[in-house]
Amino acid sequence: MDYFLTEEQQMIRDLAKEIADEKVMPVRAELDEKEEFPWDIMKTLAQSDFMGIYIPEEYGGMGKGGFEFSLAVEELSRACLGVSTSYAANALGTYPILLYGSEAQKKKYLPEIASGQRLVAFGLTEANAGSDAAGVQTTAKLEGNEYVLNGTKQWITNGGEAEIYTIIAMTDKNKGARGASAFIVEKGTPGFTFGKKENKLGIRASSTRELVFENCRIPKENLISKEGMGFIVAMKTLDKSRTGVGAQGVGVAQGAFDAAANYARERHQFGQPVISFQAVQHMLADMATQIEAARALVYSVAKYVDSGMKDVSKESAMAKLFATDVAMKVTIDAVQVMGGAGYMREYPVEKMMRDAKILQIYEGTNQIQRNVIGQALIKETARKKD
Amino acid sequence: MNIIVCIKQVPDTAEIRINPETNTLMREGVPSIINPFDLHALEAGIKIKEQLGGKVLVLTMGPPQAETALREAISIGADEAVLLSDRAFAGSDTWATSYILAQAVRKLGADIIFCGKQAIDGDTAQVGPETAEFLGIPHISYVIKIEEIKDNYIRVQRLMDEGYDIVESGLPVLLTVVKELNQPRMPSLKGKMAAKKAEIKKMGQAEIEADENNIGLKGSPTQVKNIFAPQVKTERKMLAGAPEEQVDALIAELRGIKCL
Ligand SMILES: Cc1cc2nc3c(=O)[nH]c(=O)nc-3n(C[C@H](O)[C@H](O)[C@H](O)COP(=O)(O)OP(=O)(O)OC[C@H]3O[C@@H](n4cnc5c(N)ncnc54)[C@H](O)[C@@H]3O)c2cc1C
Ligand SMILES: Cc1cc2nc3c(=O)[nH]c(=O)nc-3n(C[C@H](O)[C@H](O)[C@H](O)COP(=O)(O)OP(=O)(O)OC[C@H]3O[C@@H](n4cnc5c(N)ncnc54)[C@H](O)[C@@H]3O)c2cc1C
Repeated sequence: MDYFLTEEQQMIRDLAKEIADEKVMPVRAELDEKEEFPWDIMKTLAQSDFMGIYIPEEYGGMGKGGFEFSLAVEELSRACLGVSTSYAANALGTYPILLYGSEAQKKKYLPEIASGQRLVAFGLTEANAGSDAAGVQTTAKLEGNEYVLNGTKQWITNGGEAEIYTIIAMTDKNKGARGASAFIVEKGTPGFTFGKKENKLGIRASSTRELVFENCRIPKENLISKEGMGFIVAMKTLDKSRTGVGAQGVGVAQGAFDAAANYARERHQFGQPVISFQAVQHMLADMATQIEAARALVYSVAKYVDSGMKDVSKESAMAKLFATDVAMKVTIDAVQVMGGAGYMREYPVEKMMRDAKILQIYEGTNQIQRNVIGQALIKETARKKD
Repeated sequence: MNIIVCIKQVPDTAEIRINPETNTLMREGVPSIINPFDLHALEAGIKIKEQLGGKVLVLTMGPPQAETALREAISIGADEAVLLSDRAFAGSDTWATSYILAQAVRKLGADIIFCGKQAIDGDTAQVGPETAEFLGIPHISYVIKIEEIKDNYIRVQRLMDEGYDIVESGLPVLLTVVKELNQPRMPSLKGKMAAKKAEIKKMGQAEIEADENNIGLKGSPTQVKNIFAPQVKTERKMLAGAPEEQVDALIAELRGIKCL
C-alpha cells in the first residue's frame, strides 16, 4: 500500500532497505548463532546518518521525527530484530536527554549520539522492578557536588557496548515513584561496571547486560531535569519510543511473510505449489491483512506523537500492543506455512519467531500496555460523563 | 588535498551482450551503475579527505545520463562533480578517453587522481595509466594499500602476482585501485540530500580545450573488428547410479586424466 511518503521519507526508507539487504541479511544468521554485537552494521548506520534521524539539526541530527525513525526501524527489523533492537535502544536511551535534558547536556551529548560516535542505553529495569517500575532500588545520594549511585540494573539493551547511559535511580526512597530521578552516567566512570551478558532465546545479536553501580560518583550536572522527575522522564520516554517497537513488529512480520509467501510459491506438494491450496492462501491473506493494519496504526500513531500532542500514552500503547501481537502471530504462521523448512535454521523464519517474542515483553509487557490503555479509557469515560 | 576520482558509468551486468551487426555493447534496458572498482577509488579519496582535509571531485566522461552516477557519488561523500559530455567525444576509445580526462584534470587541478583498476564493461585497464601519461605525471596501478600520505609524498602497496611492491611517489600522482584496498561505504542521508541539490558542472570540448583530432571516433586509433563473448567449452559428464558406484566412477575418471 502507498502511504504517500514525502521524498525525504522515501529516501530514508530506501536507504534503510539498502543497508538491511546488503549489510544485515547476509550476516544475520551468523550474528544470531554467535550472539555477536553488530558493530559493523552500527558503524554503517552511523556513517549513513541514521543515528540522528530524530535529533534536531542544531545538534547534528537530521531533524526528523519518530515517524521517519520508525520507517528506518521497520526496514531493519525486516532483516534482523537483533540489529534493529540495538539501533532502537539507542533512541530509547537518548529520549531522556532530548526531552528533558538541559541545554548544556544536549550540547554535550546529542552531537556525538547523532553522529553515532557513542551508543546509548536506557536503564530502568531491576531484579525487583520489572512491570512495577516503581520498585527501583538503585539509589542516588547527593554528596557535595556529586551524586553517588548504588544498585544493579538488569537486562539493559546495549549494556557494555554503549558509552552513555540514562539511568533511573531513587533520590528519595520515602517518596515512592515521586522520589525517582534520571541521570546520565558515562562508561568508564569509577564504580560503574558490567555484570553478566544474558544468553537469550532471540534478538541474540543485541547485547543485554547488567549494570552495576558501587559508590559510583557522577557530577551533579548529570541529573536530568529535577530530582523527583525520574518517573515522568521514563514514562514520557517510553511513550515516544513505543511506536518504534510497533515498527519493529511490522518489520519482522513483513520479513517473515515475504519468506513464507516465496517459499509457498516454490514448494510443490501433490503436484502443485503449496500456495495454490486455499488453506495456505487464507493464512497468507490473514497475515498480510494483519501486517497492513499494524502498519497503518503504527504510522498514524507515530505521526500523532510527532505532532506534539501532550498525552499519547494510550495511542502509543495501542500501536505497540497491536503491532507486536501481530508480529508474534505472523511469525508463528510463517513457520507453519513453511512446514519443516520453517523450523530449520537454514531458513530465516524460525529466528524471526524466536526474535518476535521479545516485542511482547520489553518496553512494557503487552499486559501492561492493556493496563495503560484501560486506565486511559477510564479517564476518558469519566470525562465524558461530566 | 585536491582529489579527483574518475568514475565510469557501466551497465549492471557481468553478462556481455553485443550487437552482432555493429559490434557494440547493447546498453538498452540494462540498469547503469558506477563501475564497482571506482567505488573503491571513491572510498580511498573520501578517506584521504577525512584524514587530511581538502575536497573530492568526481569526474566522468559519458552521455548526459552519466549525471546519475555523479549524483550517486555525491550521496556517498564526493564534494563536487564534473560531467564531460560533448557530441564530439562520442566513439572515443581508451586513448581518446584518457586524453579527454587528462585535459579536464589539467583544468581542474589535482594532487591525487584515483581510477578503478578497470571498467567491468570495457575491461582494458588502460584509462588510468594512459591518463597519467597524457598528464606527464607518475602513476601506480593496482594499489592494494595506502601506507602513508602527506604533503608531496605517498607510499603505497601495489598488488603483484606474488605478494606486493612498496612504491613511493611524489605528488601529483595517479593511482588505480583494486577491490581489496577498502570497503566502500554506503550513501548517507545527508549525502543523498546534497546529491539532489548539487550542481553538476558540465564541460565539453571547448571548456577543456581538447584538440578535435584527439577525441571521438576521429581521435581513436582502435579499430574494433569483432567483439564476441568467448564460448566456454568445458566437457561435462554426468555420473549415475548408487553413491558407491558414482564414487568409483569418479575415482576412475580422475585417475584417467591423471588427477589422482
Ligand atoms: C531482551 C531484553 C531487553 C531489555 N532491555 C531493557 C532495557 O534496555 N532497559 C530497561 O530498562 N529494561 C529492559 N528490559 C526489561 C523489560 O522492559 C522488562 O523485562 C519488562 O518490562 C517486564 O518486566 P519483567 O520481566 O520483570 O516481568 P514481570 O513484571 O515480572 O512480569 C511477569 C508477568 O506478569 C505480568 N504482569 C506484571 N504486572 C502486571 C499487571 N499489573 N497486570 C497484568 N499483568 C502483569 C507481565 O505482563 C508478565 O506476563 C529488557 C528485557 C529483555 C528481556
Ligand atoms: C573493444 C572496445 C570497443 C569500444 N567501442 C566503443 C564505441 O564504439 N563507442 C564508445 O563510445 N565507446 C566504445 N568503447 C568504450 C571506451 O573505449 C571505453 O569506455 C573507455 O575508453 C574506457 O575504457 P575501459 O572501459 O576499458 O576502462 P578501463 O581502462 O578499464 O577503466 C579504468 C578506470 O578508468 C576510469 N575511466 C574509464 N572510463 C572512464 C570515463 N569514461 N570517465 C571517467 N573515468 C573513466 C575509471 O576510473 C576506470 O575504473 C569500446 C571499448 C572497447 C574495449
